Amino acid sequence: MASIEIKGISKQYAGRTILSDLSLELQDGECFTLLGPSGCGKTVLLRLIAGFEAPDSGSILIGGDVVADASSGQMLPPDKRSLGMVFQDYAVWPHMTVFDNVAYPLKLAGIGANELKSRAMRNIELVGLTNLDQRLPSQLSGGQQQRVALARALVSEPQILLLDEPLNNLDANLREEMRFEIKALQQKTGVTILYVTHDQEIALGIADRIAVMDEHGTLRQIGTPEEVYERPADDFVFRFLGIANFLPVRREADVLHIGNSSEQWTGLPPDKKGNILTAGFRPSDVVLSREGEGLPGTIRRASFLGAQFDYLIEIAGTLIRAALPSHECVARNLLFSEGDSCRINLATVQWFEGQIVAADKV
Amino acid sequence: MPRFGTPEVLFMLSVGVLIVVVAFPMLLIFFNAFWVDSHFNVADVVKVLQRKETYQALLNSLILSGGVTVTGTIVGTFFAWLVTRTDLPFKKTMKLLFLVPFMLPAFIGALAWKMLLSPRAGYINRLFMDVLGFDGPIFDIYTYAGIILVETMYLFPFVFIQVSGALERMDPTLEESARISGADLFTITRKITIPLVLPSILSGALLIMLYSMAHFGTVAVLGVETGIYNIPVLIYEKIHQSAGSFDSIRTATVLATVLVLTAALIMWLQNRVLAKGKYQIIAGKSFRPTELKLRGLRVPMLILCIVYIGLTIVLPTATIFLVGGLKTYGLSFTLENLTWANYNHILFEWDLTRDSIWNSISLGLASALITMFAGVIISYVIVKMKVRGKGFLEFLGMLPFSVPGSVIALGVILAWSGKFGINIYITVWIILVAYIARYMAFSLKANSAALEQVHDSLVEAARASGASMAQALRDVVVPLVRPGMVAAFFLIFLPALRELTVSVLLYGPTTRTIGVAIYTLNEDGETVYSAALAGIALIIIVLGEVLIKRLVTSKNGA
Repeated sequence: MASIEIKGISKQYAGRTILSDLSLELQDGECFTLLGPSGCGKTVLLRLIAGFEAPDSGSILIGGDVVADASSGQMLPPDKRSLGMVFQDYAVWPHMTVFDNVAYPLKLAGIGANELKSRAMRNIELVGLTNLDQRLPSQLSGGQQQRVALARALVSEPQILLLDEPLNNLDANLREEMRFEIKALQQKTGVTILYVTHDQEIALGIADRIAVMDEHGTLRQIGTPEEVYERPADDFVFRFLGIANFLPVRREADVLHIGNSSEQWTGLPPDKKGNILTAGFRPSDVVLSREGEGLPGTIRRASFLGAQFDYLIEIAGTLIRAALPSHECVARNLLFSEGDSCRINLATVQWFEGQIVAADKV
Repeated sequence: MPRFGTPEVLFMLSVGVLIVVVAFPMLLIFFNAFWVDSHFNVADVVKVLQRKETYQALLNSLILSGGVTVTGTIVGTFFAWLVTRTDLPFKKTMKLLFLVPFMLPAFIGALAWKMLLSPRAGYINRLFMDVLGFDGPIFDIYTYAGIILVETMYLFPFVFIQVSGALERMDPTLEESARISGADLFTITRKITIPLVLPSILSGALLIMLYSMAHFGTVAVLGVETGIYNIPVLIYEKIHQSAGSFDSIRTATVLATVLVLTAALIMWLQNRVLAKGKYQIIAGKSFRPTELKLRGLRVPMLILCIVYIGLTIVLPTATIFLVGGLKTYGLSFTLENLTWANYNHILFEWDLTRDSIWNSISLGLASALITMFAGVIISYVIVKMKVRGKGFLEFLGMLPFSVPGSVIALGVILAWSGKFGINIYITVWIILVAYIARYMAFSLKANSAALEQVHDSLVEAARASGASMAQALRDVVVPLVRPGMVAAFFLIFLPALRELTVSVLLYGPTTRTIGVAIYTLNEDGETVYSAALAGIALIIIVLGEVLIKRLVTSKNGA
């Protein structure tokens, strides 16, 4: 098992800067998730670590050994880096059986026939493909092919495992199942995992630590899932980790107003200085009531989604979304119709300085 | 700092092969055409073009290929529509039968039609004159119309394949939604179906034109009596009959230049048509389109198809075999006039014909093998490698695709008959070199298609598993590309077996190919032997096609 150190990496493609002066450290044996929107350069970073690309500047160390260094031109080819990798499109070899796919890395390593067979079978079993070892990939479902790719990446007991959106093409149930399995595998084998994804749910669910990357390839925040979710460094991180409501707030003579209106802010006071502020909160942070304390709002759209109700609410010209458990709505007489007025209180609020335009369509 | 590793070596190798085999001979043609008395001279080229015979050849090429394009497109589109969009009986069988003319070499068909419809000796004309008492022949095949008719029979599948494919892949909901919107069948055909299929029709039509412009055999066989010749025939005459005089070679190079430019124009047009016609809707799976009920026309249409197939496939083929069995050409087809002796003679006794069969098979095998391996390496560089200048490589590789056979042959003569230190003229080697140049584009197409299926991640997964580049190629790329290589092999081997246009310009006394032997025997008046050899050729070609179908389907089934 090994740590990964990335020191001041830059990479350009056809004159376009993808990554610039990026540094990152992965500890030995941790599951690290790189979260970012598509096209932000996270896959490029993965390919740099794997050795499919060479950095324009900076260096990469695996387990303390330099594997790529732009200044000296040193570059260890991918096959010498002792890693396992699972590709977004599985990349299971279509002309080989499941067994041959999984056994291939062992064959290359010159492992003897008996040990090869037992190790390959053990890994096939590990990912739950027992009895399917003689099938061709074309006879497997997407999820099963995914497991083949995973078994193949793990079979040579690599120091690090690189995963590039491996659960993307799976359906929701399988995605969840595989997420747990990857986590369990990591705990069993102690391998260092770098998991690249744009899906915040998977990222939060699987990671020991998360790095959030923006579309320019800059790291916005690194932290545990709880830290990143509860204490986002900025509005980008906040927005990226779930549905985000933003309410503009202005300070005038120490009194807080909503947007340009005369409506006064009634919630918790901001922990930020400045006169132009934005209150950020999740739909689940909204506490609704028919009357009493709170910001006055008007229901603009009500949708029943089974386990919860989804309301689109206008507060002084700004639209926000609220999600309430269905049973609570029924119990507390909170079944609103369009046009109804309501009162809004917020359980928690993230304060940001300056004005933030909500990019998400509500 | 640029490193000089395997990619660069492969790249240089690919460029080297293509330059020697393709670019160098081509450049020599232009050079010879425009470089007169050690300076660049366009006026002289114009003068050559203004000569009566060159001018006539250009005009004839235009008339013939234009005519074939129009008739072939109409016939092809009509039958394509009939077998895909109507309730014609035995549609599947009919569809397969309409593809058979593709297997038959056009010049053998021309030979058969000459035997049937030549004004004096043709069997059909004689039947009408001698037996039914007509005053003159009912049809003279030695005319523009005759040549256009015969070429149409063998070239219409270009349009048929394209259009029936497009009609089959077209999403029927496109037409159904028009129907729901209130359009009647006629309006739908006019406003929806035809516009969607038009790119396929045009692209097929341009293929016919390209092929017909460059086609030697039919015009050479049918036009010789009445003096109808097109550009390839004139090039042949210039090279063959004037024993390499400077003026005739120059005329040939000028003609070749015109041919190349025309072909380039057609290819360019075709690319434009295809680029424009890239509708997503004609991309995916096979649907079951709505069928037009033919009702009362069902049986007449079926009879039309059967008559067409009978006339274009069965009749000429039967004629070839029967004439091949005649004791003397001109006798009637009665049992006492027929003999196996001709077949026995050409297969086992006569060196000329035996050599030709051996030459064609060995040339086909050699060129197919060489081109297959060269093609896979060059395709790999083009598709998979990140090297600069691979667009140039792609251009070089696809160049022969638009270059007519007679031009390639001419270029090869200019390059390899001693001027540059190597003289292989009149040997089999010069034919081999020309075949490689001619068929390289086929190999590149098949191999590129196969390689594009091999996603980069498959190779990268092997690298990440600990495989070196060479191991990844051996274990992942080669096994996956093998079907493409096999396809390339047969795409080259079969056409090479029946090749005429190139080898007729390059053959020597002992290096006749099957095509050349059939053609020259016919020229020398040995009609019976010519027909017998053509019969043998047909058997070899059909056997080859069947064998491939077997091989390909059994491979896919595994």
